[in-house]
Amino acid sequence: MLEVKNLKTYFYTTKGVVKAVDGVSFKLNKGEVLGIAGESGCGKSTTAYSLIRLVPPPGKIVDGELIFEGRDILKLSEEDFRKQIRWKKISMVFQGAMNALNPVYTVGDQIAEVLMLHKHMTKEEAMKEVYKLLEMVGIDPKRAKSYPHELSGGMKQRVVIAMALALRPPLVIADEPTTALDVVVQAQIMNLLKRLQREHQMSIILITHDLSLIAEMAEKVAIMYAGKIVEYGTAEQVFLNPQHPYTRGLLASIPRLTGDIHKLEFIPGVPPDLSNPPPGCRFAPRCKFKFEPCDKEEPPVIEVEPGHYVSCWLHAKK
Amino acid sequence: MPNIYVPKPSSDTVVYVKDLRTWFPVRRSFIDVIRRRPPLYVHAVDGVSFDIKEGETFGLAGESGCGKTTTGKTILRLVDPVGGIIAYRPRERLLKEWEEIGYHPKFIDQYKSVDISKIPSKYLKPLRKEMQMIFQDPYGSLNPRFTVYKILEEPLVIHGIGETKEERYDLIVRVLEQVKLTPPEEFLNRYPHMLSGGQRQRVGIARALLLQPRFIVADEPTSMLDVSIRAEILELMMELKERYKLTYVFITHDLALARYICDRIAIMYLGRIVEMGNTRRVLENPLHPYTKALISAIPEPDPRYRKILRELPIKGEVPSPINIPPGCRFRPRCVTYDKTTEIQKYCETEEPPLIEVEKDHYVSCWLYGTPEEVRELIKK
Repeated sequence: MLEVKNLKTYFYTTKGVVKAVDGVSFKLNKGEVLGIAGESGCGKSTTAYSLIRLVPPPGKIVDGELIFEGRDILKLSEEDFRKQIRWKKISMVFQGAMNALNPVYTVGDQIAEVLMLHKHMTKEEAMKEVYKLLEMVGIDPKRAKSYPHELSGGMKQRVVIAMALALRPPLVIADEPTTALDVVVQAQIMNLLKRLQREHQMSIILITHDLSLIAEMAEKVAIMYAGKIVEYGTAEQVFLNPQHPYTRGLLASIPRLTGDIHKLEFIPGVPPDLSNPPPGCRFAPRCKFKFEPCDKEEPPVIEVEPGHYVSCWLHAKK
Repeated sequence: MPNIYVPKPSSDTVVYVKDLRTWFPVRRSFIDVIRRRPPLYVHAVDGVSFDIKEGETFGLAGESGCGKTTTGKTILRLVDPVGGIIAYRPRERLLKEWEEIGYHPKFIDQYKSVDISKIPSKYLKPLRKEMQMIFQDPYGSLNPRFTVYKILEEPLVIHGIGETKEERYDLIVRVLEQVKLTPPEEFLNRYPHMLSGGQRQRVGIARALLLQPRFIVADEPTSMLDVSIRAEILELMMELKERYKLTYVFITHDLALARYICDRIAIMYLGRIVEMGNTRRVLENPLHPYTKALISAIPEPDPRYRKILRELPIKGEVPSPINIPPGCRFRPRCVTYDKTTEIQKYCETEEPPLIEVEKDHYVSCWLYGTPEEVRELIKK
């Protein structure tokens, strides 16, 4: 359904070009959930913004193809993209969107606006649809008359999800949909997303720094580091048989509720400055398995088992 | 017959808290005042008791708004309580200093504990050297206009430590080495924005450490950091604890993390402790319906979970801490309450105390002892 080929999004700042997304490729099938994980500044949110062409300036998509339902949507004009794709086909739950709801409009009006603008519904038709949408995300339809400050964080997040689903898009991008929520509410929202995804056969791209959440939902997982995907595969492959030293480090640093208490590991150092990334592998300065070629040349992407790709020199040698 | 939890000081207790209450007044409108409506309070901390032993890491866990941070701040007298006891056993150094400024504390038990909730604020300054805090937000808790050197020099100047500039410089360099910001000279003249999140949090730790405290409240020290560096900061904190015999109160919302670093843990809900005990015991065998719900909600990095919906044995949302529900405050959200008709009358009318269910494992729930049994125990 969606194929991203060699996507590059750079930010042209006064201090130089920041290569936030630097050659990202992946495929997403219909009804599939892809999780993109990585730490702050790895380019995961920029990837998401690129997919709906909302990269904030001074950022620009400089290269790559976004093949969606058979055509390259990067080639569409902004006008066509807005009319045909954005929100109708690909919508997004933005990070922190629940705090960006307009405080002076009721939540019902805010969801209705989407329908009136895109589907040219009348207010009455739109409100009918709003009640349906609210019910779908588990909110009492009477709450359509509430203002955002009258709702709890979890309910606001549900409203934002209802907005993203208003036009029943086949692909929804969820950027950190549960940060700033408590665990119980987080689990409720994740249950909701899972349920909606199954009922509506949606494809979801779930973007988060929390690998546990990805394990909760995603069939395919992409681990990003410094603007690149370093490992990609099915959830089982990535979580149970991680191959990239970064993925392994990340997984070993997560405290767990069950099992033995091993020493929590950490990855020394900090991610590189993306306006001046190190030559060769970008993870090399923090990698404990670093050897000769790592500093010199970028590692190729290697298929270690069917559908499991790793970008690391350790595997190139074999 | 179970026991009721009452904080009992022993020779190795550093801090104990008894029935601590911190309420914040709600702003009243003019109309409220002329109509003589009674003042309202946010019951942030509403009857909390626990004790902390020397060298221990005591966890305070719960969701946002449960009062864990306010509890931490109240122990340090950064916020004043409206009732209860905060007992702290001062070191000789502190007693001497109090002597010098003419304060003679009243000891409230045979171990020479002092109720710090009663100390007049002008005598609190020497206490600050003993009890320090590490803040959650390494981005907001460091003055952006100060260099690392100035940030760290400030507490020394305030407390009159280090006579000369050279002495202070040496102390600062030493503390930077302790938190592994090496070489220290390279960091002294940097501003916070020139540091990474992890480095900033190290400066925060250094600042707390500088006055050689004995007791540190760490308020979610790693929650704003990336996962891959969290463990590094935690390891540093644990290492410093061993080396300087520190005692920590570790405030966190992450129960999985608490399992790795806290010796004992207290789970808070709406201003009260609902379950307390040895961390592993509490997390592996949770007894309170709220703790059970919390644990069932925690995601784990295991792809098997994606095929199932999580069952969450909890309903509704956290009520406002202004109007606390009568009886057990968890009752409106409790699924067990709905199912267990025989205890409902207790849940609705009486607040359950912390009942000892097994050794060092306390639960505040009528499932584990009826009010009659409890009253019997209190009489004894």
